[in-house]
Amino acid sequence: MNVVVCVKQIPDPADPGALDPNTKTLKRDVKLILDESDSYGVEMALQLVDTAGGGEVTLVSMAPNSEVGGLRTALAMGAAKAVLVSDEALAGSDALGTSKVLAKAIERAGEADLIITATESSDGYTGTVPEQIAELMGLPSITFAKSIAVEGGTVKVQRQTEAGYDDVEAPTPAVVSVTAGVVEPRYPSFKGIMAAKSKPVDEVTVADLGIDASQVGWAGAGQEILEIAAAEEREAGTIVEDDGEGFQKIVDYLAELKVI
Amino acid sequence: MADYRTPTKDLLFALRTAGMIDQISASKRYEHATYDVVEGVFEEHGRFFNEVWAPTNALGDTEGLEWSEEGVTTPESFKDAWAKYVEAGWQGMNLDPDYGGMGFPEVVYGLSAEATIGSNAALSMLPGLTTGAVELLQNWGTEEQRERYLPKMITGEWSGTMNLTEPQAGSDVGLSTTRAVPQDDGSYRITGTKIFISFGEHDLTENIIHLVLARTPDAPAGTRGISLFLVPKFLLEEDGSPGERNDVKCVSIEHKMGIHASPTCVLSFGDEGGATGWLVGEENQGLNAMFTMMNAARLAVGVQGTAIASAAYQKAVDYAGERLQGREVGSDQRGPAPIIVHPDVRRMLLEMKSYIEATRNLTTHLAASLDMSRTTEGDDSEGWDERVEILTPVAKAWCTDVGVQVTSTALQVFGGMGFIEESGVSQHFRDQRITPIYEGTNGIQAMDLVGRKLPIRGGAAFADLVAEMRRIVDELEGVEEMAASRAEIQAAFDELDTATKWIMEHGIADPRDALAGATPYLELFGLTAGAWLMARQALAAREELANGADAGKEFLEGKITTARFFCEQILPKVRSLTPAVTSGHEILYEIDAEALAST
Repeated sequence: MNVVVCVKQIPDPADPGALDPNTKTLKRDVKLILDESDSYGVEMALQLVDTAGGGEVTLVSMAPNSEVGGLRTALAMGAAKAVLVSDEALAGSDALGTSKVLAKAIERAGEADLIITATESSDGYTGTVPEQIAELMGLPSITFAKSIAVEGGTVKVQRQTEAGYDDVEAPTPAVVSVTAGVVEPRYPSFKGIMAAKSKPVDEVTVADLGIDASQVGWAGAGQEILEIAAAEEREAGTIVEDDGEGFQKIVDYLAELKVI
Repeated sequence: MADYRTPTKDLLFALRTAGMIDQISASKRYEHATYDVVEGVFEEHGRFFNEVWAPTNALGDTEGLEWSEEGVTTPESFKDAWAKYVEAGWQGMNLDPDYGGMGFPEVVYGLSAEATIGSNAALSMLPGLTTGAVELLQNWGTEEQRERYLPKMITGEWSGTMNLTEPQAGSDVGLSTTRAVPQDDGSYRITGTKIFISFGEHDLTENIIHLVLARTPDAPAGTRGISLFLVPKFLLEEDGSPGERNDVKCVSIEHKMGIHASPTCVLSFGDEGGATGWLVGEENQGLNAMFTMMNAARLAVGVQGTAIASAAYQKAVDYAGERLQGREVGSDQRGPAPIIVHPDVRRMLLEMKSYIEATRNLTTHLAASLDMSRTTEGDDSEGWDERVEILTPVAKAWCTDVGVQVTSTALQVFGGMGFIEESGVSQHFRDQRITPIYEGTNGIQAMDLVGRKLPIRGGAAFADLVAEMRRIVDELEGVEEMAASRAEIQAAFDELDTATKWIMEHGIADPRDALAGATPYLELFGLTAGAWLMARQALAAREELANGADAGKEFLEGKITTARFFCEQILPKVRSLTPAVTSGHEILYEIDAEALAST
């Protein structure tokens, strides 16, 4: 079974970069790493291929400056190869522009039984790309998967809901977004890291994918960022002394918030 | 408080400067270990230890160990941390590829060990000792021993120990009495008691391979009669799997000031008739074999000094940025400021950072010298070998003495909170305090430096090294921002020359004179060597700044500042040390031993 996983390479959240005041977007000229929320999809894909007893995991990513830092991590975890779209024309792409590029890159990655994504990236948080990819490719879309099984030509998913989960299924190939935290992503092994050095990364431009540059980047973006502002500083919390009736204060507080 | 963060940027800087990785990976043996490859490895390696090991550090300290007749139970969180370590294959870093290792240079291993130690000093003892045992078997074991034991030790599925110390034989290993009696089948019966055996018993691996010093029945007295034996906890079956329990038992574990989660065992061999062991190397050559391991172990303890200090520094610098006390002098801000703005706190932090970089440079250069000696030939190789011999006791002692000092300063930055266990910084201090003691006390290292290392090639080896170090004075000429540093370095070399000359001359006439000044002499040499490497660091940073500053402008400028601080403000200490080196032994004996004790 072949699985394609869409992965995003983002600035390290532990060492966050700045927003560019001109473009009002995150500066991405720093070293990028694998978005942690994508590591769950990579892990799930590797497990699915293991269970199937054959096939491979291919990564698809769009990133500036031919960045492969994050791809190498996922390759070291066990993915076989990657398609990287890197093109100056892509700067400023909105979610739909990104989806158009990823959809074409997924096609380039070869026949896939399943396309896995995260539910949303940890830097942009639009949370709409997986569904857009499915629509553009004419494939079924299943979101918020907590587990995935593929049998015959059917993908069976436990789809997380507020109350629990729904059992849903769709014919393959399908686009499935995976909820963060549902599997424990493996750490790359030493041998895996060494092997990743020589795994193929197919780097392509917008033109290679047959996309008109005016459809992506700033040119194609159907959205505009008007203003950016720093988040308000968090206010100091309230400290309540427990005089033996602390529980009542918690109950009152929750009632005030109308959550109970 | 933020958890431990492997200082990957600093490690990589050290690797490409004092670590000479480009020269080392130009050799056939290490051609796979290019800078780019190691950079990729370090990024994942550091993340692994930050995320998997660091969270177990405080847990191990508070939970500690449990001894019973059946064995030693390690903290619960260690099981998963160790299993993941084995799974990732990190144990094989510098070990023989023929048996499953990755065959990376010692300098890469040494720098990587900072992550292992910094994230959990107690647990890091297990892979450290296993690496030592593997290296010993790689060098001295028979082909059969290597094939049977090394693959599982290199994965970390089995661990290794070093059994030297006995109750009456500590620094003086020649006094050991553990006996080994040859049997008809070629094995030996081992009987005796060993103490202070780190990870001598634990539940993290399925077998433990003890390397044990013992005497055969007709062995000569003293160190010339000591042989080395391999004694597995479980004897191996035909197929190589662990089988019957050997007659070696952990009879107790020590209650220690620090590294609480590292079991320090009393091992009893032969309570039920004798443990089965096999000779490693030749009879009566045990100490030679042990010494090959000991150089590597002393280097590793030097790295511990830096690694624990660096972990403590991280906590201190974070705290200094958060703790609000006092107004900033010269500022119109009215409210309390983070203490990092106060000059005295700044001094503490900069001193710590400079010391950490200097000690890291020294162990890195030592490890790289070991690699150079292995990848060069003839006189070149011999020269690097001599450098290794000279720098080993200095790296072990100076880096750990400095490590204790830096860790203590980290505690000081916390004020009263530093003395409270909750801050986490006191654990580093307790863990650090063993490093000047074990693997040959720092006093023993100083004696080794003046007694064995200075006289190599009649003193010429030492003179060659110092002459090369002194070249930095010329290299700094005309570098304006380093002018004050250059003057201090020049003065320090003059002090070193005076002290060395005195030791060489007086030491021959009366060894007590050399031994009495050995410790201040070692510090004097450590500071000077540290300054030499810090000046090289500044020059390397300047070059990188001029070539596009890939590592970041702020980072590289910081390297120059710490180098200057070290040379201008720490190095001048050497002038206070020469008098202690050159005063001779007499004053130490003017008060007799009884008078010392009477109060």
